[in-house]
Amino acid sequence: MPEQLIFGMEVFLNGLMAGVLYALVALGFVLIFKASGIFNYAQGVMALFAALTLVGIMEGQVPFSHLINAVFGTEVHHFGWHVPALAAIFLTMVVMILMAWIVNKLIFRHLVNQEPIILFMATIGLAYFLEGFGDMMWGSDIKKLDVGLPQGINGWIDEKTFNIFDYGFFIDNLDIVATVVAALLVVALVIFAQYSKQGRAMRAVADDHQAALSVGISLSFIWVMVWSLAGFVALVAGIVWGTKSGVQFSLSLIALKALPVLMLGGFTSIPGAIVGGLIIGVGEKVFEFAIGAPYLGGATEIWFAYVLALVFLVFRPQGLFGEKIIERV
Amino acid sequence: MFYREAGDFKTTYTEDSQTFPIKFDRYRYYAVLLFAFAVVPFIINDYWVNAVFLPFLIYAIAAIGLNILVGYCGQVSLGTGGFMAVGAYAVYKLMTTFPEVSIFLHVILAGGITAGVGVLFGLPSLRIKGFYLAVATLAAQFFLVWLFNRVPWFYNYSASGQISAPERTVFGVPVTGAETAPWAAYLFCLVFLTASAFIARNLTRGMAGRKWMAIRDMDIAAEIIGVNPLKAKLSAFAVSSFFVGISGALFFAIYLGAVEVGEAFGINKSFLVLFMVIIGGLGSIFGSFAGAAFLVLLPVLLKNTLVGGLGWPTDLAAHLEFIIVGAMIIIFLIAEPHGLAQLWRVAKEKLRLWPFPH
Repeated sequence: MPEQLIFGMEVFLNGLMAGVLYALVALGFVLIFKASGIFNYAQGVMALFAALTLVGIMEGQVPFSHLINAVFGTEVHHFGWHVPALAAIFLTMVVMILMAWIVNKLIFRHLVNQEPIILFMATIGLAYFLEGFGDMMWGSDIKKLDVGLPQGINGWIDEKTFNIFDYGFFIDNLDIVATVVAALLVVALVIFAQYSKQGRAMRAVADDHQAALSVGISLSFIWVMVWSLAGFVALVAGIVWGTKSGVQFSLSLIALKALPVLMLGGFTSIPGAIVGGLIIGVGEKVFEFAIGAPYLGGATEIWFAYVLALVFLVFRPQGLFGEKIIERV
Repeated sequence: MFYREAGDFKTTYTEDSQTFPIKFDRYRYYAVLLFAFAVVPFIINDYWVNAVFLPFLIYAIAAIGLNILVGYCGQVSLGTGGFMAVGAYAVYKLMTTFPEVSIFLHVILAGGITAGVGVLFGLPSLRIKGFYLAVATLAAQFFLVWLFNRVPWFYNYSASGQISAPERTVFGVPVTGAETAPWAAYLFCLVFLTASAFIARNLTRGMAGRKWMAIRDMDIAAEIIGVNPLKAKLSAFAVSSFFVGISGALFFAIYLGAVEVGEAFGINKSFLVLFMVIIGGLGSIFGSFAGAAFLVLLPVLLKNTLVGGLGWPTDLAAHLEFIIVGAMIIIFLIAEPHGLAQLWRVAKEKLRLWPFPH
């Protein structure tokens, strides 16, 4: 087999793995959009915030220590204990649920019946707020996150592919874990939405707010639940991304990458988020490998996803799996 | 009291449809113009120009541009940073290629070039709407910044990859480069801002503006009553990008002097200008001014009180700025979705009746 093709296959596989991570973030978007019609720009920052909180709790950091030190002239930084990963994840989840409740109570209750674009802007404001809040609470330095996920090259794949092609593929263990986690998450979400009582209620709300209200579904409960779910997805995404590249500001930028994923897949479809994520992940890696790096000077990954989504939308404005857009005067 | 239209009789249609129908408003407008042109240049110093006035003037132009697109035509764009970069690089290439031509023309031409690029990226708006369009304009943002980073022709093959403005003069007075006097830079930007606001105001209340607003309110209905969506949307993109391009050119040539594209025209710039438009008020020229002033002054104020007054570290002040800007946006959207401009309008209504509201 020619070398280029083997390299291409490796790039393809790595693209698939990257795509899974995009899909993880995109999932959170779809959940909230389906249930409340809010396009939650803050999803990426929520992932950042969740990861920051997780690290902070695990390391036993004092929240707002920077602020406290600046105001009172003290020198507190750590409580001096370490919390085990599982307990910290649980505590972070509690924080995310609390956040979901506050967000709904303080923001979106007051914005019911506003235009979608106003809601979108509000989530941008929320993203800014959370970004500043997270940094103020836990400090803005780059943190290492280690909850015990395996990392490094997968020896088994390396060995197997070396036997077949005389060239070992480099696949990160973490990516494999992420893929498994994403798959489990999707299955769990689908089962939850299809078969549980709350899941049914959620789909009813997504279908028609007023009709759902009239059969006795509590809108505010469903919304808090959906935001908590999105917080959970954000936490998972934050753990995976944070383990991969450290917990830092750029984590919130993956939210921007999730947007073209959503556009490709359609805003309302959970399978769409997965397929869109895979297409974008593979597309940008392969494009960079085949055209970007040799001919265009590299770093095409920055814009490829957006241009791909743009070109795609011109031909199919509702995305791959989106519901057909019907407009009436 | 004095703020009312009583006794101010209009006898012609021109008088009746002027921008400032109330005498007090009109005189105040002239007074502000006079103050800005004839008084401020004599009293400002370097700090005020660089920290407050130049950013305000330049962002106000960008906000006017974006307001035409988002507020008047309803096409949400997140590509403002990219279009500002087009203006900056266009003016740089023009300045270095045709050094003998006045920089005045260069800035206007840079606006024209940006308008062309804007139309190109506006083409998808004919098929895509709402969020989808907002995300599609991100393609413009990332692609353009990447382009200016990667193609050496744009930065004249300079080793650092930066562009820096050579010295250019207007009537013998340098307006770019290190020798620029604060008042010269200020006046140069002020001229552009005044012209932009004048043009924008008159475009938006004429035929073009009405077509844009019809498209904004409902594009299918607008099409049925005879507005050509192709022309209306693309003209909004062109006019908007023209102003944004001018502001980008000024931002580079007058304000910063040297620019690294990813840093100066990144995605954050797009959001910043969008916030100005939202906080100021969608669909209002005055709102663009108010929003720009607000978001330029807020960080300066926070920095002065927190870092200068309380002695906090700068990074803490920066975090607090994020929190406050975010909270402000949410509060504005909840309390007054129409922004500062609406508050101003309400205040004026109240003032007209004051002190006898019944």
